[in-house]
Amino acid sequence: MPELPLPTSVPLSWYLLLSAILFALGIAGFLYRRNIITVFMSIELMLNAVNLSFVTFSYKLKQVDGHIFSFFVMVVAAAEAAVGLAIILTVFKNRRTLEVDEIDSMKY
Amino acid sequence: MPLANFIPTADDYLRYLPEIILTVVGVVIMFLEAVGGERRKPALGWLAGAGLLAAIWGSVVALGVGGTGFQNMVIVDGFATFFRILVLVIGLLTIVSSTQYLDREKANAGEFHALLLFSIAGQCVMASANELIMVFIGLEISSIASYILAGYLRDDRRNNESALKYFLLGSFATAFLLYGVAWVYGLTGSTNLAEVRRVLMTPESAPNLVLMGTAAALMFVGFAFKVSAAPFQVWAPDVYQGAPAPVSAFMSTGPKAAAFAVFLRVFITAFGPIATRWEPFVWGSAIATMIVGNFAALTQTNIKRLLAYSSIAHAGYVLVAVTAHSEIGTAAAMFYLAAYAFMQIGAFAVVTWFSRQGEKFVNVDDLAGLGERQPMVAAMLTIFLLSLIGVPLTGGFFGKFYIFRAALDSNLVWLTVIGLLNSAVAAYYYLRLIVVMYMKEPGAATENIGPVSAGLRVAILGSALATLVLGIFPSLVLDFAGRSAALVK
Amino acid sequence: MLDAVFFYTFALMTLTGAVLTITRKSAVHSAIWLIVSLLGVAGLYLLQQAEFLFAVQIVLYIGGIMVLFLFVIMLVNLDEAAKQRQFNNQRWIALGCAVIVGAEILYVLAKGTASLSLPAPAAAPAAGGNTEQIAVSLFRDYLLPFEAASLLLLAAIVGSVIMAKRRA
Repeated sequence: MPELPLPTSVPLSWYLLLSAILFALGIAGFLYRRNIITVFMSIELMLNAVNLSFVTFSYKLKQVDGHIFSFFVMVVAAAEAAVGLAIILTVFKNRRTLEVDEIDSMKY
Repeated sequence: MPLANFIPTADDYLRYLPEIILTVVGVVIMFLEAVGGERRKPALGWLAGAGLLAAIWGSVVALGVGGTGFQNMVIVDGFATFFRILVLVIGLLTIVSSTQYLDREKANAGEFHALLLFSIAGQCVMASANELIMVFIGLEISSIASYILAGYLRDDRRNNESALKYFLLGSFATAFLLYGVAWVYGLTGSTNLAEVRRVLMTPESAPNLVLMGTAAALMFVGFAFKVSAAPFQVWAPDVYQGAPAPVSAFMSTGPKAAAFAVFLRVFITAFGPIATRWEPFVWGSAIATMIVGNFAALTQTNIKRLLAYSSIAHAGYVLVAVTAHSEIGTAAAMFYLAAYAFMQIGAFAVVTWFSRQGEKFVNVDDLAGLGERQPMVAAMLTIFLLSLIGVPLTGGFFGKFYIFRAALDSNLVWLTVIGLLNSAVAAYYYLRLIVVMYMKEPGAATENIGPVSAGLRVAILGSALATLVLGIFPSLVLDFAGRSAALVK
Repeated sequence: MLDAVFFYTFALMTLTGAVLTITRKSAVHSAIWLIVSLLGVAGLYLLQQAEFLFAVQIVLYIGGIMVLFLFVIMLVNLDEAAKQRQFNNQRWIALGCAVIVGAEILYVLAKGTASLSLPAPAAAPAAGGNTEQIAVSLFRDYLLPFEAASLLLLAAIVGSVIMAKRRA
């Protein structure tokens, strides 16, 4: 297996910075979008930011524990996607809408 | 690599016995549901109950071989056992109070029970987690099963809405929790709670405290969502109001108790050395949670929504105990969660019975004249409400008493004062329910009300008995809690 | 030099993808931009010698989860959904929140990274590639979470079936 070029010239904190920006973008999407499916996609962005941090720290620490944590995060993301999309489908079947704000039948 | 390295020991399996039992019974229930006919449906509830009882026995067996197992993944100590048994008992009460409900709403009982057992298994995993990865997986098992339970009657629009909100905000919270975990891992090089504590305690290897505080704050956001603490409580009223009543009872007690268990364990064991960093925001959140919960409850007209706000307020009282971060604070939180579970489930069991098919009667005014028409049930509901207020001779009184004593011991005078003032405010909306029940003329809602089914009767009487026992002999539970709290380090 | 080029390429993919995911009007476009972003992240994994995660990211995330997303978007009535408003009124609040959170994290990073003292790494990783190391670690140290994850998946399967099936 050929050796990969080590990213020595790019400091690791840049990866962490990138992950932080990605996480913030995920939060923005979650709060800003009305379409439930896009709201859910924003959560996927946040989870990816988390995974990127795990991998970066793992690389720095020369351990694989972070990789394993990321792997479990992906497993859970898959499970959540299945359940979440099933719930979204049920909601759509009953209401014919995907707008978060309209799903508000309970009074305050 | 010798193969023996990969095989866990027999003791390891024993330490994990409750979870194994719950999983096996859950799978068996689903299997029987598929092959057995309509006739055998009632047996599934009994089987689920037997599984929970077996798991309680399993927790006791596990305590006999206490310690850490599976490469430090789980820890079985008094604290873990206390919360395991607590969530298992909550599960039992939920099963007895849901059988009639499922019948009435013509819902499938088998899958309901299986999912309930899976959710409880996840909560047991959380209670005994010694590694952030186990905290995470346990939390997700518990949450995913609860998302479905919240929307179990999938043709009901309120159920849909409840499941959707619970799911979206739950996943959002999980992302915050995970980001915090990633930082903890990066700063300390480990996700094992004891190891994180060790790194934080050694001055030469101690990481940057600003970053560590941020990591703790991110994890706090995740936990605060799960325990419905302000300012992350907005989902709770809609979710508890929309979900089926027995599920609301379960969600506002089981997952909450387990979330507090990991909250306490992570913040007191792992983050204990940096308590001065996280204390301020838990302090602020405790105050905000109590105030938001109690003041919003004042104006509610829907009983389920009122109980949801009251559940937020009670999370605030437990946060007061967490802020104290002392041994008696932990013990007080444990006692309070147990006492709270019984009164909350009891109150919801009454609502389950009263609401009738399709949950038509859930307004406070519908209770008018219940004291005249159904004196026994009204008396039981009164016990639960008095306990929620914190009147002496009920579990709620000693719960609040121990929490505020722990807070005073830790010099949290303002927190105690605000907590006591809040309890006084809370008395108003609980007493209003009692006044409606006894002082108002019976209305249409209490006419033709059927008798309480056997299962619900067990749930209501059991919860009332437990509430009174905790109020008269608190030492039964408190001694165990006190001894176990010392272990959380 | 080469790695810097790769880093910037993948970082650009990740960020562009993310920004477009949350700003595109059509859900299908959002999903496709999300895939671009996920591919960028996969590339970053490869740069940091996480070959196993790189493969999982592409197979499971892009090949599994994102296809599921697209599938659901197609199932719900797209024409009807596209006509509805896509952004809520609190866009400034949302933007503000995100900026505050982002700024907070950036501030903390800027202040903290200089003193980001990581503990000394454990013994050098055993021989064998990344995937072998993960396998050993996963099936020995992380055996219990691995088994617990099976319960998680079971609960998810049962849950999705309950939600999706018709009521008898």
